[in-house]
Amino acid sequence: MASRRHIRWHIPVFLAPAVFIYTAVMIVPLFNTMLLALYSEADQQRVFVGLANYNKLFGDERWAAGFWNALVNNFWFFVIHMLVQNPIGIMLAAIFSSRHLRFGTFYRSAIFIPTILSFVIVGFAWKLILSPIWGIAPSMLDAIGLKSLYSPWLGKEEYALTTLALVSVWQFVGIPMMLIYAALLAIPDEILEAGECEGITGMSAFWKIKLPLVLPSIGIISILTFIGNFNAFDLIYASQGALAGPNFSTDILGTFMYRTFFGFQLQLGDKYLGAAIASAMFAVILIGVCIYLFGIQTRLRRYQF
Amino acid sequence: MQKVRRSPFNLFAVHAILITYTAIALFPVVVILINSFKSRKAIFRDPLGLPDAESFSLVGYSTVFEQGDFFGYFQNSMIVTVGSLFFILLFGAMAAFALAEYRFRGNTLLGLYLALGIMIPIRIGTVAILELMVATGLVNTLTALILVYTAQGLPLAVFILTEFMRQVSDDLKNAGRVEGLSEYVIFFRLVLPIVRPALATVAVFNMITIWNDLWFPLILSPSEETKTLTLGSQVFIGQFVTDWNAVLSALSMAILPVLVLYVLFSRQLIRGITAGAVK
Repeated sequence: MASRRHIRWHIPVFLAPAVFIYTAVMIVPLFNTMLLALYSEADQQRVFVGLANYNKLFGDERWAAGFWNALVNNFWFFVIHMLVQNPIGIMLAAIFSSRHLRFGTFYRSAIFIPTILSFVIVGFAWKLILSPIWGIAPSMLDAIGLKSLYSPWLGKEEYALTTLALVSVWQFVGIPMMLIYAALLAIPDEILEAGECEGITGMSAFWKIKLPLVLPSIGIISILTFIGNFNAFDLIYASQGALAGPNFSTDILGTFMYRTFFGFQLQLGDKYLGAAIASAMFAVILIGVCIYLFGIQTRLRRYQF
Repeated sequence: MQKVRRSPFNLFAVHAILITYTAIALFPVVVILINSFKSRKAIFRDPLGLPDAESFSLVGYSTVFEQGDFFGYFQNSMIVTVGSLFFILLFGAMAAFALAEYRFRGNTLLGLYLALGIMIPIRIGTVAILELMVATGLVNTLTALILVYTAQGLPLAVFILTEFMRQVSDDLKNAGRVEGLSEYVIFFRLVLPIVRPALATVAVFNMITIWNDLWFPLILSPSEETKTLTLGSQVFIGQFVTDWNAVLSALSMAILPVLVLYVLFSRQLIRGITAGAVK
């Protein structure tokens, strides 16, 4: 500290490894991917083609249909998470945060277990359970008299995507649960006691006091869910394969990009078009993050305790 | 709905909800585990029953050990996970220390630059990452995976660790400086031990993501020698789809290590998530 003019070499030494790896393996490839999207291959030579890949992606009927199908599916995937995962997570968190709950730690640890499993395990486990061959799902529905409701959900175009989204919800409900639980614990007791003096207890305390206070956390969870969903791939790949069957009904942007990049069956892989899809995914995520940062986060009122 | 918070009905309802949800969360895992120890007949005849003397069978496990190199996959997963965690924690903590401790031009800007990666998934850059690895001859090596996971983990690690480093008391560090300790010694000997809980949090988070990832092993190192456990079980299960014993055993083998780690570290993990959220 004594010699300010002197170059403090320890600062670059501390920073260099992290900045170097992050830049070389993450940021530069990110830019290169967007650059690659502007090229194509002709006679084994890389040629600059401008926006031709995007033209193909959005203009060519076959590609455009695939892209919009994946994007719409991806939105539905996200909507299910928002409508099912986050409310269940908030409900469980609210229960955990109530005083005098016994065995709370046990329940929390148990409900969090699916979150630590890999998509491969989760995808196959549910595939087996829902399979008509094994028959666990139909026989369980039979036990409660609802056998008529059973159908091979993962094999039907109209149900497969929703089923997989619900499987993903089952896996990840632990995350909103924990984050909201932490936010609820951070609410000072005085506020709740003040509410009690006014006669606000139980459910109405939750709706009128707790929920408004944890809205910023719910906002963060929503944007994390958004990023995670629009970058999802593993669950669909593990349970339905790269073709995202039946008939592409479970295709989302991640599987669409993978198929385009590496090719499948008779279609050859095209990394330049894959890069264009990746750039489109980047744009979708960026738009989502911007909507959150400028449209939602600034409007959420934060309270200082 | 209820005015009195501790009315018996309320308490009953709460536990009913929690038990139901716990059952939903655990049911698939339990079904896979118990059926992996049963003979093929018993798997189909009585899928929900526990294995007994008659139906007990390890035929699935023996297929798994004969056909797949699960110990090799496990070893690869360990190398990749431990290697990446080491670099994430070391480089992340070093950068966080520099950002939290020293005032220099571009400090805030650099912090923002590093935080960018929290919002942008690294998978978007896969096409160019593969090109990079091909160009450097790192395809089908575990090094490629370690590099990618380190880059993926650094942004959040730097962000969380910077917050914690700011809380380390200045007196301690200045006392060290008066003693004539170099900045490196201050970092490694004085600061790192204090932020150990934060390091554990970052480690547990990254451990789960890295261990479970399928995308990068599939793309960067799909060769037999470099398969991770996640990819290995995916490929194995894909080949043995109709051999239910083998599939169930392979799934159980993939579940068990994670489950053991979770039981050992669940306290850190849950504390970590809650601490991170309160910040």
